[in-house]
Amino acid sequence: MGTHKITTQDVTFKVFRFNADEDYLPYYKEYKMEVTSEEVVLDILNRIKWDHDGSFSYRRSCRHGICGACAIKVNGRSTLACKESMNDMIELFGNEITIEPLSIKRAVKDMIIDKADFWEKHAQVQPYIVSDIDDNPESENLVSPEEAERLLDSDLCIQCGACHYACPAVEVNEDFIGPAAFAAAYRFEADVRDQAGTSRISEVNQEFQGVWDCVKCYECQEACPKEVDPIEKITKLHNMIFAKGVATNNVATRHAVGFKHSIAKHGLLDEGELVRYSEGNIGVMKHVPVAIKMFTKGKIVLPWNMPKSDKLDEIKKLVKSSSTAKF
Amino acid sequence: MKKLRYALFTGCTAKESTPEQMMSTMAVAKKLGIELVELTEASCCGASHLQDYDDFLSLVLNARNIAYAEKHGLTMVTICNTCQLNTAMTKHRLDHNPELKAKVNAKLAEVGLSYRGTSEITHFLYAIIDDFGLDEIKKMVVKPLSQFNIAPFYGCHNIRPSELQNESHKSAENPYRPTSLDELIIACGGVNVDYVEKNKCCGFHAELQAPRTAAILTGNAVAGAMDANADWMVTPCPLCHLKLDTQTHHASVAIGREVSLPVLHMQQMLGLALGCTSEELGLKHHVTNVNFI
Repeated sequence: MGTHKITTQDVTFKVFRFNADEDYLPYYKEYKMEVTSEEVVLDILNRIKWDHDGSFSYRRSCRHGICGACAIKVNGRSTLACKESMNDMIELFGNEITIEPLSIKRAVKDMIIDKADFWEKHAQVQPYIVSDIDDNPESENLVSPEEAERLLDSDLCIQCGACHYACPAVEVNEDFIGPAAFAAAYRFEADVRDQAGTSRISEVNQEFQGVWDCVKCYECQEACPKEVDPIEKITKLHNMIFAKGVATNNVATRHAVGFKHSIAKHGLLDEGELVRYSEGNIGVMKHVPVAIKMFTKGKIVLPWNMPKSDKLDEIKKLVKSSSTAKF
Repeated sequence: MKKLRYALFTGCTAKESTPEQMMSTMAVAKKLGIELVELTEASCCGASHLQDYDDFLSLVLNARNIAYAEKHGLTMVTICNTCQLNTAMTKHRLDHNPELKAKVNAKLAEVGLSYRGTSEITHFLYAIIDDFGLDEIKKMVVKPLSQFNIAPFYGCHNIRPSELQNESHKSAENPYRPTSLDELIIACGGVNVDYVEKNKCCGFHAELQAPRTAAILTGNAVAGAMDANADWMVTPCPLCHLKLDTQTHHASVAIGREVSLPVLHMQQMLGLALGCTSEELGLKHHVTNVNFI
């Protein structure tokens, strides 16, 4: 075995500081440090506290990427401080590193945030198996490996909040349940022992709070330190909403289904018809002012000029034979 | 240099609400001597929504589109970030799951097609950077954009999930610090503007379902570019373009501040630098006037 060479680099850290008890506004304090190639971000937080300012506050516990306490943002990127190599961060962002809490508007003291909304959203989706437990079972309640596979690693979530506070829909809509709680909802919906019926899936189907308000930015997938892939679970929940028959006839469901109608008719998407079909004949009126502006700029294709894919018969045949969902 | 040839998957907006994107793609390809074979048989990719209703159907339709690129023996080039996501995601899933691939191929066989996994899929932006090269672009610039501060707007589906980014492009970039569009701006002689929202979401995909959320995200993006003193924005995604170009009124109301900037497609920006005319680039097709030409 060769000896591993430890290198060092000078790094300037711009660190978010705020104490809700004393400060009106947050500020950034600079710390210049020599960072070794062996260190993780948590080592830096420790050194700030131990060597520079004992009042610096952050959450930490397991130091093994499993408790989820130390999630923060490095140059805007959600990460677990104990897992993230400083070398990788320097390689990505250079020698000026900004350290911030997961959510600035929820900051209480330095890196420590109030995660109340995260836990409320979590509680909202019944994050447990709903079942009539037999107090004196005759046999074990076995789950086969194949059945366990269906969870798609959603059970790996450590509730660190990295995805929740990376989600732009959470940031602007306080009712939005968010990627972490959606992944938890999927975890229990996919569990063969669960008997929640439609109560959980109906909760995530609600407009303004449910999966339909996802903007599909994939920030959650990037942010997750445990590769839970929350947006994959959001898609699965969409599918379950249709499969379990709880899909209501609204703008969001019609919008998803409308693509199929359009493809079956033209191959391509009929953009105007998709908006009309999704919004309905009255709802579509609110789009008229923008549509007029677009029309004057040659951005609206009239129905009789709608382009079609070549070999449309193939597409029609496949739409017919490959459809697996009903609405 | 060997002549570059690609199978072009235009997507739907190029044929409908963003004609300028189609025009500028063809104009730029002509200038660069790139041959684009249009996949006229292709269907809509489902735009990341069809899969919410019927995931399998979405896979079959996207596999069919890719199968046509394979028939030509060409790399598929997309000109829409969401087309790129849906086709590359389909390829990723089928290439990693033989069982699923067999199921999809059983359907494609009904129309005499098969998905083999032999064609790469890349966005035109990355085809230009990876295969043509920015150094070659620099040599061809006849009208540098040196008088402009230009704000790059990357669009989610070209940079996330990074897993696909790594598979699709030689010059895979990090979603937290993307560089491709900045480098293209510089190659065109422009000044690239840095701002927080450049790799954030425009809200397009929730425009009908969550109009307030979508409008705030649009507003934040344009406001970020304005505050960084951008003269205009540039994006490789026609869906981002639609949102940023046509929805600024709603965005302004949502964030309580008047925001508006001209937004160019990546192809239009490159076309200007290469000496294409504004007619060739379809600049008159913008709702927010391109007031500097």
